[in-house]
Amino acid sequence: MKQGVDLGFKLAMLTIACLLFLAASATWIAPHDPEKAQPQLRLKDPSYEYPLGTDHLGRCIFSRIVFGIRISLFIGIAVVLFSSLIGMVLGVAAGYFGGVVDETIMRVVDAFLSFPSIFLALAVIGFLGSGIANLMLSLILVDWTGYARLVRSTVLALKGKEFLEAAKSLGASDLYIMSRHILPNILPSLLVMATLSVGYVILGAASLSFLGLGVQPPTPEWGAMMNDARPFLRTHPLVMIFPGIAITTVVLAFNLLGEGIRVQLDPKFRAESSYGYEK
Amino acid sequence: MLSFLLRRLLLLLPVLLLVSIISFSLFYLSPGDPAEVLLTGPQGPPDPKAVEEFRAREGFNDPAPVMYVRWLSKVVRGDLGYSFTSGEKVSDAVFSSFLPTLRLSLISLFISLLISIPMGILSAVRRGSAIDGLGLSLSLLGVSVPNFWLAYLLIILFALRLDILPVAGYGDGGDIEHMILPALTLGISAAAVTGRMMRTSMLEVMEQDYIVAARARGLTERSVVLRHALRNALLPVVTMVGLNFTYLLNGSAVVETVFAWPGIGSLMTRSIYCRDFPVILGCMLFLSLLTISLNLLTDVCYRYCNPRLIHETGS
Repeated sequence: MKQGVDLGFKLAMLTIACLLFLAASATWIAPHDPEKAQPQLRLKDPSYEYPLGTDHLGRCIFSRIVFGIRISLFIGIAVVLFSSLIGMVLGVAAGYFGGVVDETIMRVVDAFLSFPSIFLALAVIGFLGSGIANLMLSLILVDWTGYARLVRSTVLALKGKEFLEAAKSLGASDLYIMSRHILPNILPSLLVMATLSVGYVILGAASLSFLGLGVQPPTPEWGAMMNDARPFLRTHPLVMIFPGIAITTVVLAFNLLGEGIRVQLDPKFRAESSYGYEK
Repeated sequence: MLSFLLRRLLLLLPVLLLVSIISFSLFYLSPGDPAEVLLTGPQGPPDPKAVEEFRAREGFNDPAPVMYVRWLSKVVRGDLGYSFTSGEKVSDAVFSSFLPTLRLSLISLFISLLISIPMGILSAVRRGSAIDGLGLSLSLLGVSVPNFWLAYLLIILFALRLDILPVAGYGDGGDIEHMILPALTLGISAAAVTGRMMRTSMLEVMEQDYIVAARARGLTERSVVLRHALRNALLPVVTMVGLNFTYLLNGSAVVETVFAWPGIGSLMTRSIYCRDFPVILGCMLFLSLLTISLNLLTDVCYRYCNPRLIHETGS
C-alpha cells in the first residue's frame, strides 16, 4: 500500500512536470493553430497530420488539448492561491482572536457552505454573467470556506501550547506570533488541501465551461470542447472522449500528488509503513 | 438532546440571514437592468417610458436595503415571485422540478451504497492486498472523472453502441428505463467517496477490543466481520447519508442537463441561459434551506446513534 502511494506520488510528479512542460511549450509542440477553423477538414479521423483528428470546425483536437492545459492549470492554480489566501487570513483571525471575530467569520463560512457548491458557482455566473473572470470568482467563492475551517481548527489546536505562551511572555505582537509561530504550523495541512483542491477546481471549471457558462469559445478549454462535441456524439464519439481523458489525467495527477504529500508529511502514515501490515 | 437541538436551531438564524444577504447581493450586483430584461419581448427593446414606469411600480428605484427588506419579507411568507419567462409562480416551478431530482437522487444513493459498502468491507478486510489496491485506485479514479464525461461514456456504450437504453429524456413520468443511465452516473461518482469512508470506518472498527474478543471466542472470520464489525462500521456511513445527498445534488446540476432530466439542476441552468432571475434566486434559497436541514438532520442522527458523544461534550 505504502509502495502504491509512493508509486502514485512519483507518477503524479512526473505527470505534472510533463503538463507544465507542455503548457510552457504549447506553441512549439502543438502542430496547428488551436483556433484556426478549416471547414473543409471538419470531423476528420485521427491521422498523421492531425493526431487526434479534427472537431466540427476543422480545428486540430490535439493542438486544442495541448493549449487547454494552459487554461486549466492557470484557473486551477490561480483560484486555489486566491482562495487559500483568503481562507488562511480569515481562519487565522477566527482561531486566534476568538469571540465575536470567530463567531462572525464562522457564520459567514456556514452561510457559504449552505449552498451546494456547484449551485453557488452557477448562481454567481447566472447573475454576474459568464466568462473566465466570473468563472474564477465563482470558484473562489466556493473554495475558500474549506481553508478557513481547516486553518481555524489547526489554530485552535495550537492555542495554549507552551511555545505560544513563551512568545507572548517575551512581548511578541499578535502579528508576529501569527506569522512566525502559527503560520509555519498550518502550512503542511494547507498544502495538502490546496493540492487536492487544484484537481477539484479544474473539474468545476470544466463542468461550468461544459454548460457554456465558463470559458467562452473559441478559446480551447476541455469542458467547452466537450460541449461542442455533443451534437456529433453518435457519429464522432472520439471528439467527446479525448478532452475527457485530458481532464481525468490532470485531476487524477493532482489527487495523487495531494495524497502523496499527505503521506510524506503525516508521521502517522510513516510509522505505519515501517511496521508493515498485519495481514 | 433537546437543548442541543434548540441551540443548533438558534445558531441557524444568523446563517439563514446571511444566506439571504448573499443571494440578494448577487441579484443586486448583476449587470443590466432586470426591468429591461423583463420587458424585452419579441417586438424588440422596450419603450424607455414603460421601463421607468415598471421600475417605479416594482420599487427598483429604491435604495438596496429597502429593496432587500421588502424582498425578504415576501420570501419569509413563501412568496418567491413569478418567473420572468413562463410567468409561473417560482415556488411551484422549484417544487415541481425538485421531485424528479429527488427520485433520481434516491435511486443513485441506493446504487452508490450497493457498490461502496461491499467494496469498502472487502478493501478493509483484505487490507494491503491487490483487491484493496484496486478498490482504492477505482475510488481515486471515480473522484477524478468528470461526471458529465462518465455520462457520455455510458451513453455511447449503452444507448448508442448496444442500443438497449434511451439516450436521454424523462420518458413516461421518469420511468426506470430513462432513469438507469443518469442514476448510474451519479451513483458511481458518489460510490467513490462513500467506498473510502466505508473502508476507513471498517478499519477503525476492526482494531477495537470487542473484535479481538470476538476472535478470541473462536468465532469464524465471517461472523466477526459481518455480525460484529459491519454493524458498527456502518454507523458513520449511514449517518453521512445526508452529506451524500448533497454530493448527489451537486452532481445533478450537470448530469440532469446531459440527460435532459427535468430536475432542479436543469431548471437552474435553463434559468441562467434566459436570465430568469427570480427562478435562480428561488433555486438558491430552496437548495440552501435543503442543505441546512440535511446537515441538521445528519448532526441529530449522529448524536442519536452515538450516545457516547452526548456525555463527552457534556451538552
